[in-house]
Amino acid sequence: MAESIPADATHGHHDHHHTEPSFWSKYVFSTDHKMIAMQYMFTGMAMGLIGAFMAYAFRMQLAFPGISVPGYGTVNPGNYNALITNHGAIMIFWVAMPVLIAAFGNYLIPLMVGCDDMVFPKINRLSYQIFLLSAVVLIISLFVPGGGFGGAWTAYPPLSAKAEYSLTGAGSSIWLVAVALEFVAFLLGGINFVTTAMNSRAPGMKIFDIPIVVWTIVVASILFMASVGPLIAGAVMLFMDQRIGTAFFDPVKGGDPILWQHLFWFFGHPEVYVVLLPAMGITADIMCVFSRKKMFAYKTFLYTIFATGVLSFTVWAHHQFVAGIDPRMANIFTVTTLLISIPIAEMCFIYIATLYGGSIRLTTPMLWALAFVAEFLIGGVTGIFLGASGADIYFHDTYFVLAHFHYTFFPIAIIGTFAGFTYWFPKMFGKMMNETLGKIHFWGTIIPFNCIFIPLFMLGAAGQNRRLYSFQHYPELAGQGMQDLRIFATVSLLVMLAFQLVFFYNCFISWKKKQKDAGPNPWKANTLEWSAESPPPHGNWPELPTVYRGPYEYSVPGREEDYFPQNVPG
Amino acid sequence: MRPIATTRMAAGIPTGRLAVWWVVASEIVIFGGLLVSYIMHRLARPEWGDHAANTNVWIGGFNTFVLLTSSLSAVLAHKAAVSGNGPKAAKLLYATFVGACTFVIVKAFEWSMEISHGYTISSNTFWSFYYTAAGLHALHVIAGAVIMLIVAQTAKRNLELHRVELIGIYWHFVDIVWIFLFPLLYIAK
Repeated sequence: MAESIPADATHGHHDHHHTEPSFWSKYVFSTDHKMIAMQYMFTGMAMGLIGAFMAYAFRMQLAFPGISVPGYGTVNPGNYNALITNHGAIMIFWVAMPVLIAAFGNYLIPLMVGCDDMVFPKINRLSYQIFLLSAVVLIISLFVPGGGFGGAWTAYPPLSAKAEYSLTGAGSSIWLVAVALEFVAFLLGGINFVTTAMNSRAPGMKIFDIPIVVWTIVVASILFMASVGPLIAGAVMLFMDQRIGTAFFDPVKGGDPILWQHLFWFFGHPEVYVVLLPAMGITADIMCVFSRKKMFAYKTFLYTIFATGVLSFTVWAHHQFVAGIDPRMANIFTVTTLLISIPIAEMCFIYIATLYGGSIRLTTPMLWALAFVAEFLIGGVTGIFLGASGADIYFHDTYFVLAHFHYTFFPIAIIGTFAGFTYWFPKMFGKMMNETLGKIHFWGTIIPFNCIFIPLFMLGAAGQNRRLYSFQHYPELAGQGMQDLRIFATVSLLVMLAFQLVFFYNCFISWKKKQKDAGPNPWKANTLEWSAESPPPHGNWPELPTVYRGPYEYSVPGREEDYFPQNVPG
Repeated sequence: MRPIATTRMAAGIPTGRLAVWWVVASEIVIFGGLLVSYIMHRLARPEWGDHAANTNVWIGGFNTFVLLTSSLSAVLAHKAAVSGNGPKAAKLLYATFVGACTFVIVKAFEWSMEISHGYTISSNTFWSFYYTAAGLHALHVIAGAVIMLIVAQTAKRNLELHRVELIGIYWHFVDIVWIFLFPLLYIAK
């Protein structure tokens, strides 16, 4: 129980001899929020490598049909379906969620609200253990007879419900179990996040003194909690359709396959905002620090977060415009879909207004934050085409959709993560990262990213359908001009993957202490985590801090220094 | 030992109670999704009334009575816990536990009868919903009963008395879900 000794109990005992916790209790069964955050972070990154490897394998097949992919072998149609399905599921459920919500949420919430741990450390540990189990179950599902599930990450029935259609009877059920376990893990984690932020704030921290990134993670957790329920019920129903012969989604026996689409997207669309909001919050915090300016309109930002959250529950059927829903209903969902771009655009304007007139420092985290806004904007604007039900009839299920949501998810899950990771790396590990390597990695990721997906926009607009194993059987898609674009996208992917080595090398040399010590507050930031040691010890502070002001008091007139930490009286 | 975080109360509500409300909120959407799916199907398919006629309203009604009564003892247990009488709270929780067990036993009897009459989970979509919704609810009854025993064990020694209220909140939620299930699955013909 050494990990949960309150900070005031350890205070004054620094000179005493502490028994060093064993490897197991320190790294594996820890209840310390920072260690659990690291577990989520590295599990998420490991899953990210698996997801990236899958993308590499199927992109190679699309660019060079039929070749033996180095490191994978020949991709047959069944493998191809399993690869795209699990690439999507992994990147959303096992990369974006654990890294953006669980890792940053666990690390930052107690530190930023000024307490010693999560309110329920053991539930927190249980949450990670269930998450790890879900990842293991997912990986097992890839290797059962018949291969991994190949019905796409949306798992539409009847394809997903019947083994004779999907040809992956075992794989599809095990995949479903993995997803359900992952949901349970995040429900447990979310209760901790919300309750900690509500109840465990430092004395003096009022509701508008909470850093935006904490708000976004809390709202995201509530969104997840409020949207995932129907899909949990749906997953149980689909599992029973697969395994014990019920017919919830089988029209032949009186079920309704569209019901699954409603249950899935009622969760699936808020899920986009579940992962988007933390990335927005990370960006907001970084922008204030590196433009040395108070956030423009903190409260407006907060209200746009709430507006996004509420509206996100009203847009789901825009995924189903061609599924045979009533066209009058499609009109309503077009309007709500276009409406939700208003709060998101407002956030972007707040970023720009915050940057305006600031003394901007183009550090690596700042570059990632700026790139997040620029790239996400492209994803958002192309969403307008798809949200309009008329245009969507043409674009639906083409690579235009695929490029659109990669322009949203890549900025969220990859750019947002790198922004947060490079910004808080000094806090997490006590060392500065190498800036030159950081910038090489930044440009080596951003430029190829655009080179991958801009050609896919063009292919999609030209009518190229998603989820096709090979285009050679479709004369109108098999032309050399289109194939050249596919090859260009795949080569760009290879370049981007190669540049990730720079990131891992940078982490490695920084961790190996070749870089300078960070000290507690290398960026001269205001929020509470920077008042703790780097890395913070158990209990985070010898004495828990008291808060005197909001999180973004930069360049306050009449003050010698251009920052004013939240915990400094005066 | 608990972290200081657990003992703080910035929102003015004890941490445990706050968390249980969030658990209940997330459970409401799980049952909500299932029940709304059922209601949408039910409205579109009047013939389900004929299937529903084969459920046993008397057994369902008896179980409703049992579950509501068990909530009464949960409330009395909370009252005893507030006045600091742990052993009395524990006894009342045991009474609630007996109610939960009665509910599950009656349900097992009811289901065996229905299955022996040929109404199984795969008979048609009405029965699929019937067994899924009631089964999911029964799992919650069993989970609640187990937690109740654990809480009663500590309450007996006058420890962690605030937990009596927390399991009470959860138990009322389980109760309310059944109040929705009973008319939807049994009475609406």
